[in-house]
This record gives sequence, structure tokens and C-alpha cells, in this order.
Amino acid sequence: MREHTEVIRPPRALWVTFELGRPFGAPGDPALQRRVLSAALALLEAPSGPVLADYPETIAEPDLTGWACPVNFAAAPAASDDRASILLREIGALAPWYDRAATRSGRTTVGVSGLAIPEAARFLVGHLDADAPPAAPAGVARADAIKRACEDLKAYYIEALGAQPGGAGSVHQQAEWLWGETALGRLLLDLYPILTASADPAVQWVGIRLLVPATQIHRVTGPIHPRSR
Amino acid sequence: MVLRLSELPEAERVHLAGIACEPMAGRPWVAAAPLAQRRIAIVSTAGLQMRGDRAFSYGDGDYRVIPGDADARDVVMSHVSVNFDRTGFQQDLNVVFPIDRLKELAAAGTIGSVAAFHYSFMGAMDPKNAAASAHGLAGLLRKDRVDAVVLCPV
Repeated sequence: MREHTEVIRPPRALWVTFELGRPFGAPGDPALQRRVLSAALALLEAPSGPVLADYPETIAEPDLTGWACPVNFAAAPAASDDRASILLREIGALAPWYDRAATRSGRTTVGVSGLAIPEAARFLVGHLDADAPPAAPAGVARADAIKRACEDLKAYYIEALGAQPGGAGSVHQQAEWLWGETALGRLLLDLYPILTASADPAVQWVGIRLLVPATQIHRVTGPIHPRSR
Repeated sequence: MVLRLSELPEAERVHLAGIACEPMAGRPWVAAAPLAQRRIAIVSTAGLQMRGDRAFSYGDGDYRVIPGDADARDVVMSHVSVNFDRTGFQQDLNVVFPIDRLKELAAAGTIGSVAAFHYSFMGAMDPKNAAASAHGLAGLLRKDRVDAVVLCPV
């Protein structure tokens, strides 16, 4: 944050107005990334400091006129379907798109949990049973395992989304889809009260601060921990 | 760094505004060789790691090594915060870790060279937790003949 930098006063700093998580601009725009990096490096030749410079370019919101919600090819859940079946079916429907994304880009960011995606899904669904959650992978703290499974699943979904017709949409649209339209989003929201009530402080902290983004916390039904707001 | 506090959702604004920042002691300033002669390393706080490395946990103050010749396919993110966009990184490593852009600048002669090793911390921690690692890292950067670092927040 600019406010922090104004207090810390490092020798050289470049302030940009890009989305948090995108300090060098936009994906797939090497020219912009190069300009940002060059502007930062140019500060090395400032005659004196501290220097806090403002990068002049901003990124306009993409024109997504006509962008439609992603197509969900999963069959409608039957009344008897359990949460795991519903989630696994959704994951299966996304699989061709995830595979296409990985082939096209040559890259995936899935993998920090060490679990296969269906395994990660079952692991998280299992935590809906607060009295008998599944065992964490050997050598991994439960809180870490939960957190990493969440991130792998979200990455899987977003990478798949990007390969579908119409692309991924804006950052905001992607988040609205994942948290508002998917079984994964509903699962993570339903895990919030369970994790925040955990006797394990680390698991509790995952629930309070590391599970649901501030921009989506309004979707949680029931009490919201004050530190989540 | 990015954005202003006023642009964040309330929960994040309150959380980040409450972080105690200390001014740097003195006015550190080093003038060295021209940019075209500098050897540059990237140090990120994006929680990046090589696939298979030990993932970051909340509060971790240590770093992971990202070799300069790392394949983007082998770099993943285990940052614990949910309050920044990751989709940019998912599409393009250079949005958070501009290693290819740095190499292009070296090829163009804008900078002298690119360090053999780069590093990532995970920003969701008390900076005091990273003090020892950061001090050790300075020695490693010196061994790599690095004379300038791009500190990349996320």
C-alpha cells in the first residue's frame, strides 16, 4: 500500500494502480510488464532518495459486453446426491476445459496440496462433518492441508474457466462465478462456520481469515467473525 | 506497491491499516554502477515456490529459491491470503514475477545481467519473522554478484 511505503520510506519505490496480485500489470501483456519493470529499475539511477514515484499508466476494465456466465455441463443434482457427488460431478464437467487450458498454456498452478483434485475435494467435503473430519495427509498440519486443498481447487476451476468459450471474464466476474454459482463456492462458504468454530487455533484462523475473501464474506449465512469483516 | 487503503474492502482496509510500519533506520542510499552494468535479482513476497518445494504456512518468514532458469510450469504459489487476485499469476507468471521481462532487458542491454537465483517470501507474516532469512539472503545475493534487487510485492 502507498500509505505503508510513505511511512517506511524505502530508498526507491514505484507505486502502481493495478489490481492487488498484479503488480506488473496484465497477464499476456509483455510490453506493459516491461514498461513497469523498466520504470522501477530506472529509479536505480535517481540522483538521491528516498524516491516514491507514481507509475502513470492505468489498466482500463476490459469490454466484456456480451460475456455470459460459464456453461455448466454438470447434470442437475438429484435430491439424493451427497455433497461429494455433486462437487465431483462439477469437477468432472470442468476437466476437459482444465485439460485444454493446461495444454494451451503449457502450465498449471495446481499442485501445492499434493492431492489430486478429486482427493482434495473429498478431503474438504469431509470437513463438513465437524465431529469426524478426515485425516490430514501424513506430515501436513490439518490447517495447511485444508488451505492448500482450497487453493488447488480454486486454481483448477479458474484455469478451466479461462478455456471455456468467452474466456474467463474480468477478475470480478470470475470471483462472482466461483463463489456464487459453483458447488465449490458453496462448499467453501459452508465450511466457514465449521472451521471458525474449530478447537484447533490454526484451523480456526484458516476459517476466519484465509478461506473466504473479504469481497465474498457477505455470502456466508449465519454469524460472521468480526475479524473476517 | 499497489492501490491505496481506501480502495480496499473494509475488512482488508482495517486489517492492513492496523499493520505497524516502521520507518527505515537512517536514509539508506547506495549509488552504484549504471543500470546497464547492474546484475539484478527478483525478490518477491507472492509466496512462490518450485513445484514440490515445501509450501508456505501462515506466518512463515523463510524464503524459497526460484532459479533464474526455472520453467514457469514449475513455479506455483502457496501464499495464504485470499484477498488478492491470483488469476493473473495463473495466466502469466510475469504478472507477479517478471523473470522473462528481466531477461529481455538484459538481452537489450538495458541491464547488465540477470541473477542466477531469485527468491520468494510469503507476505502474510510479521516481518520480524523474516529478519534472519533476509540477512542471510543478503549474503547469498552478494555471492551471486547481485548489485540490485527488484522487490516485488503482491
